[in-house]
Amino acid sequence: MSTTLNVVTSQEYKYGFVTDIEADSVAPGLSEDVIRFISAKKGEPDWLLEFRLKAYRHWLTMTEPDWAKVYYPKPDFQKIVFYSAPKAKTPKYASMDEVDPELLRTFEKLGVPINEQATLAGVAVDVVFDSVSVTTTYKEKLATVGVIFCSFSEAVKEHPELIKKYLGSVVPSADNFYAALNSAVFTDGSFVFIPKGVACPMDLSTYFRINNKESGQFERTLIVAEEGASVSYLEGCTAPQFDTNQLHAAVVELVALDHASIKYSTVQNWYAGDKNGVGGIFNFVTKRGLCKGKGSHISWTQVETGSAITWKYPSCILLGDDSIGEFYSVALTNHKQQADTGTKMIHIGRNTKSTIVSKGISAGESSNSYRGLVKVQPKAEGARNFSQCDSMLIGQASSAATFPYIEVQNRSAKVEHEATTSKIGEEQLLYFQQRGIPAEEAISMIINGFCKDVFRELPMEFAVEATKLLSLKLEGSVG
Amino acid sequence: MLTIRNLTASINGTPVLKGIDLEIKAGEIHAIMGPNGSGKSTLGKVLVGHPAYEVTGGEVLYEGKNLFELEPDARARAGIFMGFQHPIEVPGVSNASFLRLAYNKKAEAEGRDELDPLEFDDFIHEKIKLVAMKEEFLDRSLNEGFSGGEKKRNEILQMAVLEPKLAILDELDSGLDIDALRVLGDAVNRLQRADRALLIITHFPRILETIQPQFVHVLSGGRILKSAGKGLAIELEERGYDWVLQEAAGSAR
Ligand SMILES: Nc1ncnc2c1ncn2[C@@H]1O[C@H](COP(=O)(O)OP(=O)(O)O)[C@@H](O)[C@H]1O
Ligand SMILES: [Mg+2]
Repeated sequence: MSTTLNVVTSQEYKYGFVTDIEADSVAPGLSEDVIRFISAKKGEPDWLLEFRLKAYRHWLTMTEPDWAKVYYPKPDFQKIVFYSAPKAKTPKYASMDEVDPELLRTFEKLGVPINEQATLAGVAVDVVFDSVSVTTTYKEKLATVGVIFCSFSEAVKEHPELIKKYLGSVVPSADNFYAALNSAVFTDGSFVFIPKGVACPMDLSTYFRINNKESGQFERTLIVAEEGASVSYLEGCTAPQFDTNQLHAAVVELVALDHASIKYSTVQNWYAGDKNGVGGIFNFVTKRGLCKGKGSHISWTQVETGSAITWKYPSCILLGDDSIGEFYSVALTNHKQQADTGTKMIHIGRNTKSTIVSKGISAGESSNSYRGLVKVQPKAEGARNFSQCDSMLIGQASSAATFPYIEVQNRSAKVEHEATTSKIGEEQLLYFQQRGIPAEEAISMIINGFCKDVFRELPMEFAVEATKLLSLKLEGSVG
Repeated sequence: MLTIRNLTASINGTPVLKGIDLEIKAGEIHAIMGPNGSGKSTLGKVLVGHPAYEVTGGEVLYEGKNLFELEPDARARAGIFMGFQHPIEVPGVSNASFLRLAYNKKAEAEGRDELDPLEFDDFIHEKIKLVAMKEEFLDRSLNEGFSGGEKKRNEILQMAVLEPKLAILDELDSGLDIDALRVLGDAVNRLQRADRALLIITHFPRILETIQPQFVHVLSGGRILKSAGKGLAIELEERGYDWVLQEAAGSAR
């Protein structure tokens, strides 16, 4: 491989700093006592503690899944800190003035708009630092139209009936190994509720930051859109650069009632480990949306660029007739990163439609797999799916794989799958260079072209950020 | 403009160019002819800096300076252009945005004003007339799904946009029907000026009826076996290459 390609595909991670802040943590390890501690710390009602303990007891009977095409040392759960929160004078920040200035500086440095007066207005943000939500902006403004946007812990206190009704309704606590673990130990996350007929007046977003070296992050997100409601939600994340691996095992549940629409976008930039594969986040996430109502619509868009290991399949259960599920994904791996990501589209209702567009980019010695299931159940008369899975290899040592599973139990269903693999090789690069375009810009242009069908699904600012991020991940100074 | 002295180059350790000497002056049109596999494309790729080819000896001066000290993109901005035998397809990158970026990179290097999308739109509409390209090709992805002939048309459009000092055109005629060949040949002729030069690589003499060279070189086995005026192309058209190879073998003995 040419040296140019090598040079431009090795860029340092710029969010790798650690915030020096006093933390309130539990000792490493997992037991019923730790779970009781977390629950008590959050002042949770008994039913939630029971939910956790039930999940924990089930988790103890489960084994880690090993079907994904990723290889890593199994996490030692007795070495993980399951609760870590920045120490605060008062347990919950009543206003921004009480937030530790060190924390404020951290988010400033990360470019997260946690100040409502900041220039990037128009997006409400919930900020989660290790195990707790630090602040949520625009809460009052959103409340005037009936939109609830708050941290998960707060929702448990203020809207227990909603949490009780929907928690675990899409991802049951025994769903899989990491979902069960999350259900037992989740600490914070975001809750969104859009009442009947309301189009959420601004984009909502959550920013996740892992800071503690030993801690895992187990957040829980629940978004409910009632009849005819709509919302666009964005999720971003970063972590410091440590030479050990941190575990991130989140659960995200979306519920869309009749004619509701939820658009969920992620730009994932967890620390990926260094170029030799030392350190980085293990990102084992269960994300699932339930199109419960007629004509409901759930759309996942993800740009996965970080993490040492990614294991993630944002899925849609298309229960309501005429419901629509979409999955648009860009997964970029470099150096020794491994990603096994894709989606599941489960067609249950009649005339349900799903679209899958997956773009995998592998550089360095990384491995990037698409794994997707399209299942059409017997009653899903007239179901349609279209899948497009494209892989791009940069250099000689990277690899890509596609595992499409198709199960059709209704003869009127139409399922189409297309897949391609291409290479940014010397020839393509030379073509651009021969027209006077430097290698860095050439790679960036080729990658953006490749990802175009996904990027156009992202909200504007996110699309710009994603474009820059991909370039950053693959570019560097040439020569 | 371009001086090649005893140039040798190899790919994957196999020598392909075995001592090339060539002098191209401003205003001249040269043709390199020769059978398949003789090293014609290799010569072009070495000149533009293809990373897979290793220069093992000799030197190349471009405007008096060592060409090999420049990165491929810098060579392009310095005025060297290659129309590729097999232009590559790039999904999702619009032809127009690619052309504009290429144009602006060169403009920037020469201290000229860069063009914004609207200005470029006016500019490119003049250029597509020159190569009789349909407007819709500007919005399509770069070369994606283009026929062989459409790709070649796009190469010449790029040449018209960049107005290179030295254009190397590799097998321009392959994939072109007679009408398209005439259109593109005329476009190339119109772009030729006293301060520019052309190096036409071809194994069919046909294209040289439109783009008429002053110098014809026969390349075979990595060496230039014979150089002569335009008449040589006509002779090759009638007699093929064998006699040149035999003549060269005879003189070597
Ligand atoms: N990538 C490559 N690997 C090995 N040999 C190559 C490669 N590219 C070209 N060659 C060899 O170099 C020689 C010259 O090729 P080329 O310059 O393409 O010839 P021409 O353009 O005259 O048809 C041929 O023998 C060809 O097989
Ligand atoms: Mg050739």
